[in-house]
Amino acid sequence: MSGLTGVSRAVAVTRRPGLPYPLTLALCVALLGGAVTAGIAAGSISLPADQVWGILLHRVHPALAEPVWSPVRETIVMNVRLPRVLLCGVIGAGLSVCGMALQALVRNPLADPMLLGVSSGASVGAVSVMVFGLTFLGPFSLPVAAFAGALAALVAVYLLARSGGRMTTVRLVLAGVAMAEVLSAVASFLVVTSDDPHRTQSAVRWMLGGLAGTTWTMVWVPAAAVLAGTAVLLGVSRPLNLLLAGEEAAASLGLDVHRFRASLFVLVAMVIGTVVAVSGSIGFVGLIMPHVVRLLVGADHRRALPATALLGAAFLIMADLVARTLITPEEVPVGIITALVGGPFFLWLMRRRS
Amino acid sequence: MGGLAVQEVSVRIGDRDLVRAVTFDVAPGEVLGLAGPNGAGKSTLLRTLYRVRRPTSGQVLLDGHDVWRMPGRWLARRLAAVLQEGGGDFGLSVHDMVAMGRTPHKRAFDGDAPADRAIIAEALERLDVADLAHAPFDRLSGGEKQRVMIARALAQRPEVMVLDEPTNHLDLRHQLDALRLVRGLGITAVIALHDLNLAAAFCDRLCVMDGGAVVALGPPGEVLTPRMLREVYRVEAEVEAHPRTGVPQVTLLTGEDVP
Repeated sequence: MSGLTGVSRAVAVTRRPGLPYPLTLALCVALLGGAVTAGIAAGSISLPADQVWGILLHRVHPALAEPVWSPVRETIVMNVRLPRVLLCGVIGAGLSVCGMALQALVRNPLADPMLLGVSSGASVGAVSVMVFGLTFLGPFSLPVAAFAGALAALVAVYLLARSGGRMTTVRLVLAGVAMAEVLSAVASFLVVTSDDPHRTQSAVRWMLGGLAGTTWTMVWVPAAAVLAGTAVLLGVSRPLNLLLAGEEAAASLGLDVHRFRASLFVLVAMVIGTVVAVSGSIGFVGLIMPHVVRLLVGADHRRALPATALLGAAFLIMADLVARTLITPEEVPVGIITALVGGPFFLWLMRRRS
Repeated sequence: MGGLAVQEVSVRIGDRDLVRAVTFDVAPGEVLGLAGPNGAGKSTLLRTLYRVRRPTSGQVLLDGHDVWRMPGRWLARRLAAVLQEGGGDFGLSVHDMVAMGRTPHKRAFDGDAPADRAIIAEALERLDVADLAHAPFDRLSGGEKQRVMIARALAQRPEVMVLDEPTNHLDLRHQLDALRLVRGLGITAVIALHDLNLAAAFCDRLCVMDGGAVVALGPPGEVLTPRMLREVYRVEAEVEAHPRTGVPQVTLLTGEDVP
């Protein structure tokens, strides 16, 4: 067929524009490394970067670094800052990866864990635990309730969108937005009508999104969920690509669209539930990162998912760094920082798409 | 391989019968043209072939297997559909779109093997879109998009290709090229076409649908008659075999020249 071509094109795009993929990924890793270093170094007592890595390497193996620092500093790094930075990375990666998956699942570039009511559902679960002082599962009450809330919200949205036939993107998004609004109202109602000022305050603080007082025990559950979730998503990155081409095309290429979408919704609810339980509502991360990454490496999920996880982790670590150093010794909830960055980005995106 | 049998397929949505008891066979390697006026049920029938719309009753058999009882991947390795859907707002490149054609042949975590890359490159080349490989699919012209869709189907390496209006948006040369390419593959093909002269030139048999049912089925020379065109399309036309090629050609009569 090409033999018949007599016209040479004005713009021949023979090579993928932008940096080679391995280099982009390496830059993301470097950025994450820088964010981790800065996140651990900064604070009421600021540490030089080499000392940060000295302490970390010494912990990995004592022979790797000579201890020239005070034990207090080691305690600060190991018990205060490292868990918080790691948790930020886990949350940022989890929200970004889930945002990217949801955008493909509903085939809408404006999708985000908040848009489909998942975060709000998790919030209702978590706020109920806090306001009513529920302790049915001990320390796991909060994450389990948040997961249950996220899953319930997502299942409700899914069933609402599917009632009366095939699920279309428009119905899904409308159902998600309505559900998010209703559940946010429920969460606020629970907080406002609570008669225990102490519980109310902690619930309000949590809803704004903040990571003060992170301990190692808070890190493991979301870390495991995010790692497992990301691994599964990488395994289904080809089917995710198919969804971008449309339901009918995906079905004709062998994908059972409804079953695939339903099972990935459960996966996303698990990741979001465990993340929201420790972080509160942190918006816009799941919206911004996938778009930035698609601009950098393209829409193919096999390339975009690893990059979005790395970039999301780096972004939230840096946002948290700003949140706790902006007006020291006070801390701004990190959700405020991400919203301040994300809101304008969202508007810019909407203008560009319209 | 690649023999298709449509048996008594009906599709009812709500209280509307979109397809009524359609039955036909397509032999391996045969090219069947599907014609008929707008709303005749062509697209709906094609959807039952590539597993998007389950028939209300009846069966679609590929090499004797009911396509609705086999796994989706099984069918997608054997039957490719050329659709009109786009890449959405996600900035998928032409290469990404064509590479999707390899998905049915891949398992989780499989990378693109050199063989896959060769198949993708060949598909891009044959549809004349290789130099657009890294351009965003959404920015292409209608004709270029159409060719990318055919390239994706080609990358599936199917035994059967189902094409819904593949010549839409294509200029004359690319219309010819697309149909010549599909014919040249030697695979079974079912092609919905509006242009009856193209259909006559490229299809072994034509199936004409009206109101969801098959009203004529046979070689183009037998199916394309002034009477069929009057009854199905409600137009006056003359049909003559082309003096050099022997292909029946339909000439529509405008209002004034009707005797």
